[in-house]
Amino acid sequence: MTHQQPILDTSPKVSDEVRKTTCYMCACRCGINVHMKDGKVAYIEGNRDHPVNKGVLCAKGSAGIMQVNAPSRLRAPLKRVGPRGSGEFEEISWDEALDIAVGWLKPLREDNPEKLAFFTGRDQSQSFTSFWAQNFGTCNYAAHGGFCSVNMAAGGIYTMGGAFWEFGQPDWDRTKLFMLFGVAEDHDSNPIKMGIGKIKARGARVIGVNPIRTGYNAVADDWVGITPGTDGLFILSLIHVLMKAGRIDLDYLSRYTNAPVLMNAAEGPEKGLFLRDADGKPLVIDRVTGQPTAFDKPGVRPDLTATYEMDGITHRPVFHLMAEKYLSDEYAPEAVAEECGIPASRIRAIAGELARVAFDEAFELDQEWTDFRGEKHSKMIGRPVAMHAMRGVSAHANGFQTCRALHVLQILLGTVEVPGGFRFKPPYPKPVEAHPTPHCKVTPNSPLDGPHLGFVRGPEDLALKADGSPARIDKAFTWENPMSSHGLMHMVISNAHAGDPYKIDTLFMYMANMSWNSTMNTKGVIEMLTDKDDNGDYVIPRIIYSDAYSSEMVAYADLILPDTTYLERHDCISLLDRPICEADGAADAIRWPVIEPDRDVRGFQTVLIQLANKLGLPGFTDEDGSAKYTDYADYMVNHQRKPGIGPLAGFRGADGSQVGRGDVNPNQLDRYIENGGFYLEHIPDEALFYKPWNAAYQDWAVGMGLYDSPQPYLFQLYSEPMRKFQLAAEGHGDRQPPDHLRGRITETMDPLPIWYETDQTGNEGFTVNALTQRPMAMYHSWGTQNAWLRQLHGRNPLYVPTKLMCEHGLKDGDWAKVSSPHGEITVPVMEMAALNDNTVWTWNAIGKRKGAWALQPDAPEATKGFLLNHLIHELLPPKGDGLRWANSDPITGQAAWFDLKVKIEKAEAPADAQSQPEFPSIKSPVGTGPKDLAWKVGK
Amino acid sequence: MHPAPSVILFTTLSGLGFGLLFFLGLGFPNVSGWVAFVFFAIAYALSVGGLMASTFHLGHPERALKAFTQWKTSWLSREGWCAVLALLVMGLYAIGVIFLDQRWSGLGLIGSLLSLATVFTTSMIYTQLKTIPRWNLTLTPVMFLSFSVAGGALLAGQTAFAIPLLLIAALVQILYWRSGDQALANSGTNLGTATGLGDRGSVRAFEPPHTGTNYLLREFVHVVGRKHADKLRAISFALAFVVPVGLLILPFNHLVGALAVLSHMAGIATSRWLFFAQAEHVVGLYYGKR
Amino acid sequence: MGLVIDLDTCVGCHACVISCKGWNTENYGAPLSDQDAYGADPSGTFLNRVHSYEVQPAEGAAQLIHFPKSCLHCEDAPCVTVCPTGASYKRVEDGIVLVNESDCIGCGLCAWACPYGARELDAAEGVMKKCTLCVDRIYNDNLPEEDRVPACVRTCPAGARHFGDLGDPDSEVSQLVAERGGMDLMPEMGTKPVNKYLPPRPKDTVEDQIDILAPLLAPVADEPKGFLGWLDKALEKL
Repeated sequence: MTHQQPILDTSPKVSDEVRKTTCYMCACRCGINVHMKDGKVAYIEGNRDHPVNKGVLCAKGSAGIMQVNAPSRLRAPLKRVGPRGSGEFEEISWDEALDIAVGWLKPLREDNPEKLAFFTGRDQSQSFTSFWAQNFGTCNYAAHGGFCSVNMAAGGIYTMGGAFWEFGQPDWDRTKLFMLFGVAEDHDSNPIKMGIGKIKARGARVIGVNPIRTGYNAVADDWVGITPGTDGLFILSLIHVLMKAGRIDLDYLSRYTNAPVLMNAAEGPEKGLFLRDADGKPLVIDRVTGQPTAFDKPGVRPDLTATYEMDGITHRPVFHLMAEKYLSDEYAPEAVAEECGIPASRIRAIAGELARVAFDEAFELDQEWTDFRGEKHSKMIGRPVAMHAMRGVSAHANGFQTCRALHVLQILLGTVEVPGGFRFKPPYPKPVEAHPTPHCKVTPNSPLDGPHLGFVRGPEDLALKADGSPARIDKAFTWENPMSSHGLMHMVISNAHAGDPYKIDTLFMYMANMSWNSTMNTKGVIEMLTDKDDNGDYVIPRIIYSDAYSSEMVAYADLILPDTTYLERHDCISLLDRPICEADGAADAIRWPVIEPDRDVRGFQTVLIQLANKLGLPGFTDEDGSAKYTDYADYMVNHQRKPGIGPLAGFRGADGSQVGRGDVNPNQLDRYIENGGFYLEHIPDEALFYKPWNAAYQDWAVGMGLYDSPQPYLFQLYSEPMRKFQLAAEGHGDRQPPDHLRGRITETMDPLPIWYETDQTGNEGFTVNALTQRPMAMYHSWGTQNAWLRQLHGRNPLYVPTKLMCEHGLKDGDWAKVSSPHGEITVPVMEMAALNDNTVWTWNAIGKRKGAWALQPDAPEATKGFLLNHLIHELLPPKGDGLRWANSDPITGQAAWFDLKVKIEKAEAPADAQSQPEFPSIKSPVGTGPKDLAWKVGK
Repeated sequence: MHPAPSVILFTTLSGLGFGLLFFLGLGFPNVSGWVAFVFFAIAYALSVGGLMASTFHLGHPERALKAFTQWKTSWLSREGWCAVLALLVMGLYAIGVIFLDQRWSGLGLIGSLLSLATVFTTSMIYTQLKTIPRWNLTLTPVMFLSFSVAGGALLAGQTAFAIPLLLIAALVQILYWRSGDQALANSGTNLGTATGLGDRGSVRAFEPPHTGTNYLLREFVHVVGRKHADKLRAISFALAFVVPVGLLILPFNHLVGALAVLSHMAGIATSRWLFFAQAEHVVGLYYGKR
Repeated sequence: MGLVIDLDTCVGCHACVISCKGWNTENYGAPLSDQDAYGADPSGTFLNRVHSYEVQPAEGAAQLIHFPKSCLHCEDAPCVTVCPTGASYKRVEDGIVLVNESDCIGCGLCAWACPYGARELDAAEGVMKKCTLCVDRIYNDNLPEEDRVPACVRTCPAGARHFGDLGDPDSEVSQLVAERGGMDLMPEMGTKPVNKYLPPRPKDTVEDQIDILAPLLAPVADEPKGFLGWLDKALEKL
């Protein structure tokens, strides 16, 4: 019989309707088209018009349909009925749940608001949650930045008024050399993949600096398999070579950075501080007049070399100090090669390549612009070298200085805010001066005196009580970590448990899996959460938790406020906190309920508004006590932070015609929905580059409401705030650190980037670096219960370099005991050749606790999966000085996840091939998922 | 390859069944009436039973008739046609022998050839697969045919044929194992050609695409330990060939004959298990298996 | 019609895998089912999977290559020839290899014949599933023209997947294959795959350029003092 080709319908109907909203399968905030059939979600794809992802979508995003229908979704508010950790709950009504919460919170607000610690994890509504906490009046609020990437964020802002990811991006269309440091697959993932794709399509070079050659490093043209924690040293060596060869952008340095700023060189309380005029403006020597002049005076040509004597005191330009420091042979490639694990020849070659591309491949854009000194430029000079880093360099105890060093390297090459280089995204650039300082003054029944988090300018801004003790439960902004701009969520539970600096009453958390993968010392934290005092009461008396899913943390709360999934809620990705802007434009976005919940759940932000209304919080209620907002959607439209400035910048004004500033528009959300769920305002052509110094950009930003007035500033190669802490440690000033911290502050808070060893005390015998990274198809605990994604990553081996495999007689599938000064785990191993010789690693947060996430107890996540968290403690081992030092960056308090050192030994496979330690199963409040799936909603 | 019981059963039983039909069609043994009925019943039970077993692994056995459509290109379709034709022709022939005491020898010859053709088409289903070098050998159909006729001779009680045919089959079996063990290496296919990366260095499978299993791994990746395989080969060889030949040399009685047949069947089934279990599908290379 | 997959660009993110799963679960034929979806041994039907391989060159560091793999829509597709029912066929008009699920008896022989592991028998439906090159997208009048590409291509964040007419030597995909030395997988199988793979570009070569780069790094002065002298002169020139 001859084959008859069947007749196919090649134009089937795709869906009944497309609803455009914002993804929340990770933190990227891509635009998505949700295809609906019969009122159900049928298919999710990227939104081509969206500024973040321009149509593409990652594995997580496409698997959203499995998330929205996940069996692990919580179904109703829960009240704990068994002991903490048992998972015994009863479902209650929302009225009862809110009454319980108000019953706990109201007395705290009346007596001592700081007894509430409100910490939000992967929160994308921080301007709202912080506003709530501020109006409640507690000083104890932060999100998860402290254990994520505060070093990157703070290092960037203190150095150049913005960092990577939400702050800025490489000029993907023009860069010719992209240098990537550390693991970066987990943030800004689609934009970076798209950018690497563009670079690859042009055949331009990517250099990956990472002990592990996966993901972006696998496609990198050159891989630098660096020793973890030595990135700063490597970068300073590149700086050394480039400076020594004079391959730096002197014009750029003199115009746009504080390299020419004069600094007091005499011993005493002013040493290292800038020489300023009566208006407080730093002074430079003008090459035209030879006189000290305010840095921003029209026509000034700052000198990088001239010194200035005044009242017998020599003032030297910052650049003098830099030359002294970085030309020193201690940073020569030959001197750092062994420590970094990179041959000196390679360091030189990379420095040479940076120089070649930055200077020999420089180009010009025919675009006039005017700088803040009023000088007109006929062209924009492109230096096509771009860099990016994220948690990899950040999560070390020297991460802040490393991030600063990286930015200094970019700045020396003149590649920040120029074509082909690194570009800020609105509302950045934004100097430290434009950010708030931290506030911590608590008054019963009143709001806090200002925003919780901010950027300290010196010791005067620390969050200390009158007696010098920490004002905040997480000890943020104290001498232990003065520049902890994101708070220290990872210290909250241990501090609250220890009653150090004080006891709290209620711990209120949102989207933070603190009894599992989001904490160091998981077992210890579980014990702290369940520990009772002599009266039989829990040491942390009350815990309220909000999550959409049956995560490991649920079992440890007393009251569960079930959140919706991301397709069932309103959200606001606002210019007031973490927007979705691009280098070419300002953008914000919303989520809106494209489906209605089929369970008794409420969006967490709406619940906060309902709580605020019941508590009568100012900011949420009018003078007569009536509610300003009924729910979060109402808040998104009608809240005004300042007159004319609200959470959403687009379609403002009664008719929706205003942008940035404008009256409330009651139809604003409809306009967003019509527009695909986002708003994008392009930056004018003459304002696209040199943003910190570009008059056109500054004016545009003021018009958009990003600044109240133009804020031109200089890049801070030398950080004066850091010098102020050093001065305090040297004994100057009236706010003084405790003696035991003086040495460390002096040593680590160098105002010019330095590198120091992060090898921890107690590490004798523990010599192997141990790291984690997130698979690109998973994001923390958000994805692991996803029926499609868990097939990709349902368990995680420990990847061991070939050399260590051989040394320990290991082969794929064998088990190894991995120990640290803090604990041990027994886990399966897999060989990896493309890996630093002395580094092991695994995927983060694949391991699950039995009973969580509606998985069967024998799910591979719970049997073979594991966490490295068990090996990491929030405190370092005692070193004999009677103190336990935090396992964090001494400057910012950033959790030093990646400083972990371990010992590895071959082990017998545990009984039932169960990775160790094994935790008892927790009772699932939602049962377990169905056996089989064949998901098709259309017919 | 996954040694699916249905397929092992099918190829073992139908091979013997069609082998017996081959001899019956040629008039060996020259029987009629009830005795012939018993022989034909055994032959049909084996061949039809085998064919039925083969449908167990189908996702949609109710659509099995569609399998007759692609005889121009598909060996599976051809096998279906040959089997049906062989069974029909031999059925007619059997009616003559059993009920009419007529031996239509022309028809019998056609039936015998169709029976052999069926075994050949079965073997070609495996032989044609370049993806499984151990099967993609001239020796594969030779083996299937030699096993079939040797087993047929044994079942037909034709000791004179059975002993030499069993010896030939035994030789083929050894040759098949020998060349089978070299087949993957000789095929030129390896992870280097599979990925196109072979000229850059040595290629090693790193992370599998999914940590979970899948159809391909279940169907195509089955690793038999070398020692285990050697042991099974020895057992299979002894049962399929050594024991039956030994028994046939003894003075014939029905018990000994039955023992020889059972031993042979067990041996062939074991050999067939190895045929599948040891066959390396090149897809396994992508998964770093073998 | 076919795909060109750029191994120099694929970062191994699995976006194509899940986008494919989503589209083909909801569209062409039976949904791609999952067994033991929340249990000990989850296993589902996927039409596209991303492998990863390590290559150890004779000298230098090992490389890691992410390797997406789906049906290559071979010109001489052995899966079509072996099919007893004609359910597997190669479309005359565009060469797409498809399974007509209503004719499929689920014998699995086509999967046996495929060297690439491109076909998976769906455990719930009992029929063979495979990449359709999104035949229900690429001609679909209900989609905007720019979306008439396979789901995996539309979603690929890195742009490592290209779709087009490989039969036309002037098409963009054919040009790409010519420029970058596009290759076949297992050419010795004689399947003549339509889909091509672009090999990774040479890696770890920055040190090889040292002759060009070294002169750029000549010190401007030996002493720090000399550096400031150079600086002064350099600033004069600005």
